[in-house]
Amino acid sequence: MSKREITLKDSGPRSNPTVDLARSEESTELLRELVAHLRQNRTQLREEWVLRISETRLLTAMTKEEIFAEATSVYDSYVEALETEAFEALQAYARNLSERIIPRGVETHEVVGIVLLLRDVLARSLFAKYQTDFKKLNRILDAYEPAANRIANTVAVGFVQERERVIRQQQEAIRELSTPVLQVRERLLILPIIGVIDPQRARQLTEQLLRGIRTNRAKVVVIDITGVAAMDLTVANNLVQTVEASRLLGATVIVTGLSPEIAQTLVTIGVDLGKMNTVGDLQGGIEQAERLLGYKVEKLAEPR
Amino acid sequence: MEVPILKQGAFLIATFQAALSDADLNQLRLGLVQQVVKYRSQAVIVDVTAMDVMDSFASRTLREIAHMIRLRGAETVIVGIQPEVAFAMVQLGLTLEGVATALDLEEGLAYLLQKFKNID
Repeated sequence: MSKREITLKDSGPRSNPTVDLARSEESTELLRELVAHLRQNRTQLREEWVLRISETRLLTAMTKEEIFAEATSVYDSYVEALETEAFEALQAYARNLSERIIPRGVETHEVVGIVLLLRDVLARSLFAKYQTDFKKLNRILDAYEPAANRIANTVAVGFVQERERVIRQQQEAIRELSTPVLQVRERLLILPIIGVIDPQRARQLTEQLLRGIRTNRAKVVVIDITGVAAMDLTVANNLVQTVEASRLLGATVIVTGLSPEIAQTLVTIGVDLGKMNTVGDLQGGIEQAERLLGYKVEKLAEPR
Repeated sequence: MEVPILKQGAFLIATFQAALSDADLNQLRLGLVQQVVKYRSQAVIVDVTAMDVMDSFASRTLREIAHMIRLRGAETVIVGIQPEVAFAMVQLGLTLEGVATALDLEEGLAYLLQKFKNID
């Protein structure tokens, strides 16, 4: 179809659809031409890119062979994205690549850096090829730049999304690790808390404890917060609520391991400490719990 | 709705049903105390295992029942509060303060037997 054969309804003063369509046709042609050029010169362009990568000291966490292998597949995906404009496929590829290289310690700035380097290397080769025809060079760049920018964007976003997914996964894992409810005697549970308690974790803790009380038929629970550095008003109130809810299930709670800082916080905030049964350390807490449950611990012999 | 009240020696066991209306609760308040008087009971176990929600009216009624029964010289133990219900209650500030609680009927009976054994 040539320009003259297209007849479209006039869409108004804003744009001339005839010219727009023609322009996009031409740009498709130009893209095809530059993709062909990039494929033809694949070997030396890729080598130049890998050289630039090591010059700028990116991807230091990877070996030369690894860089070469990944560079090859990135190059091919880049050119393919230019050709097909299939950016979803590119994003999937970027996430896949990220999944491989993030555990190797590759950072965001390195990934963005190498994609931009590739963009430059390819742009330079276009300058070289069309240096005698400035007008054509301009049109080629008009076709190349939006696509290249979109590729850089897509890869960076894909990488960041993968990182965020990993972080979420790790957070979940930490959450699950950190709140075990342990039975150390009949009817006696221990809940050692370590790290930072946010409201969500505090809630999860309470639910887990209450279920544990019911399952184990616990009468005494020792909550040890030696491993908790600091506590704010919300978390302090959560702790009080946990104690109250446990009582509704017939269990007594002993809180142990309050640091001087937390003790100060609780007193300053004005938490109703009459509701809390506290003992200095975990050992003391367990001893008191045993007394409450009617145990007497007697030493029969020296350790062997 | 009728709430079954069973006599177990010196104790009464009242098993609350799942959906008790405010009217039901009001009736229970007086009814339970009347039963304590009639049987000269020393304690009442209120089993709320079947209640999957506990609103502020129900919670307040339970406390009032316990206080009224105490005026008759008898003890009240609330048993069977579900973990989810307990969690919701404390978030609303309904702590049943001053009322004895136990995990379930078995624990409630053990608690009362222990308590009355000590008094003797």
